[in-house]
Amino acid sequence: MTVLARGIEVTRRYGDVLALDRVSLDIRAGELVGLLGPNGAGKSTLINLLVGLRRPTSGTVELFGGPPADPVARRGIGVTPQETGLPESLRVGEIVDFVSAHFPERYGTAELLARFGLGDLARRQVGGLSGGQRRRLAVALAFAGRPRLVFLDEPTTGLDVEARRTLWEGIRSFHDDGGTVVLTSHYLEEIEALAQRVVVIGRGRVLADGTVRAMRDVVGVRRVSFAAPAVPDLPGILRSSVEDGRVHLLTTDSDLLVAELVRAGTAFADLEVRPTSLEEAFITITSEEDARA
Amino acid sequence: MPSLTLTHLRYQFLEQLRVPIALVASAFFPAAAMLAFVVPFTGADPASATSATAGMMLFGAMSSALIGLSVSVAQDRERPWDPYLRTLPAGPLPRFAGRILTTMAGMLLSVVPVLLISAFLTAAAISPPRLVLGIGALLLGSVPFMLMGLFIGYAVSSKAAIAVSQVAYFPIAALGGLLMPLEVMPGFVQSLAPFVPSRGAIELMWAAVAGRTPSPVSVVAFTAWIIVAGAAATWAYRRDEGRRFS
Repeated sequence: MTVLARGIEVTRRYGDVLALDRVSLDIRAGELVGLLGPNGAGKSTLINLLVGLRRPTSGTVELFGGPPADPVARRGIGVTPQETGLPESLRVGEIVDFVSAHFPERYGTAELLARFGLGDLARRQVGGLSGGQRRRLAVALAFAGRPRLVFLDEPTTGLDVEARRTLWEGIRSFHDDGGTVVLTSHYLEEIEALAQRVVVIGRGRVLADGTVRAMRDVVGVRRVSFAAPAVPDLPGILRSSVEDGRVHLLTTDSDLLVAELVRAGTAFADLEVRPTSLEEAFITITSEEDARA
Repeated sequence: MPSLTLTHLRYQFLEQLRVPIALVASAFFPAAAMLAFVVPFTGADPASATSATAGMMLFGAMSSALIGLSVSVAQDRERPWDPYLRTLPAGPLPRFAGRILTTMAGMLLSVVPVLLISAFLTAAAISPPRLVLGIGALLLGSVPFMLMGLFIGYAVSSKAAIAVSQVAYFPIAALGGLLMPLEVMPGFVQSLAPFVPSRGAIELMWAAVAGRTPSPVSVVAFTAWIIVAGAAATWAYRRDEGRRFS
């Protein structure tokens, strides 16, 4: 498959702070990649390098085979601005026209706005938009130049559930038409719903890279839950919680845990063993990294 | 003009027009200075009223270039919109050109009140060709100040840009003899004057409006200022990667 964006042994420092540490990553045509990581992990730095905003301290970054600093390489990408920075005094239609003018291929302003449910707001000044409308405008701008590759940074933060689902549909249909997507999100549910490939970044390094399913399996974490008043003292518990009278335990060895549970003679009912969610996998991967550091 | 420059010009001009108070402010100071310094002291003599008017036009243009440009560049850099613009497929040139042309348009607007005051309240007189030439000289004369404005805007924060540009503005204007004729200034000012960029700029304007011969030292110094300020602006632009977002 064609590689659209690539980092090879990329390191980026801000003074003494090491934001990215020898990261290598390929984004291939047609992928829908979720970038996952705690704040300050290096996600934004990685995206900034890929879209040409910053240069690596060492290593190589390529966009469509060229340096991202070259404007020609950037014709094939779309990026979401932070909606807090949209120019207040301009009208919605004017901003879309302005951004579109940079690209050789583009959607008509009316068509793009209609796609993102902003059709009747073209004449409205940005200063008069609601938070959700600004967010949708910001995401729409990423698609203005008919990109082959879009970088969506927190695309649905601040949107209500319905608007979020609508936006997800839009992202899926772009992907179904052959578009490539790199997505970051605070909502693991969002990554789980959209992404095929998940890249976990922590402390400036790629901690894990694989499909959503593989990510759960690699971690090998199971969730063991049962009805009991309190968390019993058992070996191999990664994390525990009690909700509505049910104890939830995360473990890498559910067989051993259940055997120990029975042996301990604790009273329990409704035993359930399930594969973990992406969120649980993510927490495990990053906390293992913390423990090692 | 390349279409992308036009796009940026249109966009920046629209933004400026929607906040007209900035234009009003840049037109206010030279008009007020005109009423305070030129009308009472040189109003009756056509030649000195004409050159004093040229001085006030340059005074206003310097404000747009040095203060207006540096503050708007520095403020833009602090908004997340600026890094987004850098991801669009365009180099820095359309933005630079758009900014400079917008600033020039603002300057042309800000000289209108000065010209009106001059025409109605003083004895200043000028032929239409010389007026056009004078406006051309004004735009040329403002170039080093625009480059200084870009340099300050890309080098420091917006709060610092307000202070730095204002601190630079008045002394440069005064030392060049824009506010008072050099003859009434102390001796050290007179010996310093040829080397400040405002002196070369005003002498170019006087050459345009009154056919006076500019002093070679001032013109050489003026050119040197363009080179130095241009290099400084380019350096500051390259060094800037926007604000740091982890």
